[in-house]
Amino acid sequence: MSDSVVSAKGISKTFGKGGVTALQDIDLEVGRGEFVSLIGPSGCGKSTLLRVIGDLVEPSAGEILVNGKTAHRARLDRDYGIVFQAAVLYDWRTVAKNISLPLELVGWGRAQRSERVAEMLKLVELDGFERHYPWQLSGGMQQRVSIARALSFSPALLLMDEPFGALDEMTRERLNDELLRIWTETGSTVIFVTHSIAEAVYLSTRVVVMSPRPGRITSVIPIDLPQPRTVETREDPRYFELVTEVREALHANGGER
Amino acid sequence: MSTLAQPARTSRGFGDRTRTWAPVVAVFGVGLVLWQWVLPLLGIERYLLPPLWDVLQAFWEFRSELLSGGWITFKEALGGFVLGCGAAFLSALALARWRPLGNALMPYMIAANAVPIVAFAPITNAWFGTLSPWSKIVIAAVLCFFPVLVNTLRGLTSVRPESLELMRSYAAPQRVVFRRVRIPNSLPFVFSALKIASVLAMIGAVVGDYFGGSTEALGVQIVSAVSLAQYEKAWAAILVASALGILFYAAVALAERLVLGWHPSIRAGVE
Amino acid sequence: MLLAVLARIRSLAARAAVLFLVLAGLWALWEGYRKLWESTGWTRPFPVDSTTMPHLHDIVGALFDPLREGEPLLARYMLDAALFTAKEAAVGFAIGATIGFLLGALIARFGVLQRGVMPYVVASQTIPILAIAPIVVVGLGNVSIAGWTPTDWMRVAVIAAYLTFFPVTVNTVRGLRSADPAAVELMESYAASEWSVFWKLRVPAALPYLFSAFKVAATASVVGAVIGELPSSIQSGLGGWIINFNQYYVLEPENLWAVNLVAAALGISFFLVVVLVEKLVVHRPPEQLV
Repeated sequence: MSDSVVSAKGISKTFGKGGVTALQDIDLEVGRGEFVSLIGPSGCGKSTLLRVIGDLVEPSAGEILVNGKTAHRARLDRDYGIVFQAAVLYDWRTVAKNISLPLELVGWGRAQRSERVAEMLKLVELDGFERHYPWQLSGGMQQRVSIARALSFSPALLLMDEPFGALDEMTRERLNDELLRIWTETGSTVIFVTHSIAEAVYLSTRVVVMSPRPGRITSVIPIDLPQPRTVETREDPRYFELVTEVREALHANGGER
Repeated sequence: MSTLAQPARTSRGFGDRTRTWAPVVAVFGVGLVLWQWVLPLLGIERYLLPPLWDVLQAFWEFRSELLSGGWITFKEALGGFVLGCGAAFLSALALARWRPLGNALMPYMIAANAVPIVAFAPITNAWFGTLSPWSKIVIAAVLCFFPVLVNTLRGLTSVRPESLELMRSYAAPQRVVFRRVRIPNSLPFVFSALKIASVLAMIGAVVGDYFGGSTEALGVQIVSAVSLAQYEKAWAAILVASALGILFYAAVALAERLVLGWHPSIRAGVE
Repeated sequence: MLLAVLARIRSLAARAAVLFLVLAGLWALWEGYRKLWESTGWTRPFPVDSTTMPHLHDIVGALFDPLREGEPLLARYMLDAALFTAKEAAVGFAIGATIGFLLGALIARFGVLQRGVMPYVVASQTIPILAIAPIVVVGLGNVSIAGWTPTDWMRVAVIAAYLTFFPVTVNTVRGLRSADPAAVELMESYAASEWSVFWKLRVPAALPYLFSAFKVAATASVVGAVIGELPSSIQSGLGGWIINFNQYYVLEPENLWAVNLVAAALGISFFLVVVLVEKLVVHRPPEQLV
């Protein structure tokens, strides 16, 4: 099973004594190189599951292996990069220094860091913006910096929590394509939490549908659209079929609140 | 650890209350012990810090003078507080209303806050007479004025642009905008400044007393007790002044809690 | 490029113009008030004459008069005194700010300290420093640490430090706690050590709060230094001159006003130094005031 990047069995999470059951009995396997979306209405536990995978939340029950190790070990070994909905850039650091933050923490030397930062800026097409401060950039650009930072130490796994949720539709679609390009170029595995059915279907190799109270996986829909995904993909009849399939799976389980 | 929403906190039980107050009480107890027994052991001279019991005895012996003196000094401080803060509110409202003037003057008001008003006390004595309470009230008032002005102005002007646009869409006149948006927005800033001002007002009143005042005022009592080497009495008077300052601060903090109960920083139990 | 330079010059000129207008406005208010009160003879809130409100030009003129026949200008003495007081204030600021930061960091880290110690930190500021200043200054004069006794100005610096540490402590606690929870979570995802989180996230996030406190503290340190000098019969600083000119106020009121001017200038320059350092160190979006 060494090609399984995430292996979750029976994961449950309850907050507080007798409180909310955010996750119940989650089983999920994610293989290397996959692009898996988690989609569902508010409260279905998709963000919690992402954080369990990232060892930012401890599960109440169940086992999880990330990259063949415990989630805790994987975090200590920095096997994943995370991107939040808010870019969470540090206002007092330039774009370049923001991207180099994880590298500083790992102990890379100055020359190595500059080199990698330059690579990353090229990857997200922001070269020339090294010395800008976050507030001087648009929302979309800030998210690209956030992605560059998450990838700077070439993790095997990329966790993304509604990263484009705060952006407008056109920027969103553009960044979708950029993300796919980065995904193929780096060969990483992506777990992507989203609210948007269209985005989930367009980006993923598999869509995991979840529902709330208690948070659980209700269906897993493989997306057999050809790669690479392009503008034409969005007009493919199979695309619309899959979007409908996902939508029906969502509505079948109580749907949106 | 995570940023996900947690269920609402259940109401605080007895265990919680104890946990909150125990450390304060513990430190207080330790402080008392140190003062009474340990400090003398360390060879701290009597005249610097007499043992607690001696100070308490002096307080008891002179209690009527000290308390009436405290009341006088407190009235000076309160007068200065009201005068200074009132003037500051009015000025802040005016400067917020006529933005160009406010913008131009803001750096100067911030700089004026940096002037050591202490040096001005002899002059107010020359103006109002050394024995008059007004010379102390004015010092206290000036000490309060600029911090409250700067903070109130900040509070009145750091409103979210969307709130203002909403008001514009209702064609609301300026005074409505002030009443409904700017002033409520400024309240946390104002109370923050009022707490500082309460302490400053007391300091101002005592500093004013230093340069001479009615012999009954607390500050003057402290100074004369020190010059007569009556250190127990001096420290008793210092304790009274300190207690008054704390009460004043606590009164403002209480008012803040009543008025601002809804504000996130109060609900989170910060300070 | 040229346009940018021209724009800079224009904004500087505008600022200088505002400064000139404000000073002129203050001068006009002063002389206007005098004229009006003198001509009507009003005595509220206080009677106006050349003792209670000397002409501004007389006050400035006093600085450029010799103190007594054949002696250097008053301004010379004022400069020396100001530097002396400045030394006390600067040392006091450094000590107070350091203690304040360390104390604030400890309180921010250990919640139990917040509950147990913070109230006393607040209460400490209610003790009238003017009252304990002579006690502190005299007391420290008798202390001997390995044969070394603090000199007079060092003892005053302690008073200055006392006034400085409080705002720094309060704002250090606030600032260190102000880090965005998402930013903290990000650090967790990097398995960053607590030390790294402290230096790379919490301290930089706290800088705006720290500088806000430093501005208050800079002023407070000057106030503390002057107050510390008053009862300590230290002649070399501004406090000594204040007492001196207070005694002779009726004879030469301009001198006391002149000392006030110098003290004000000292306080403002300390403040401006902090503002300058902040501009260099802190890179944040400019404040949005509407």
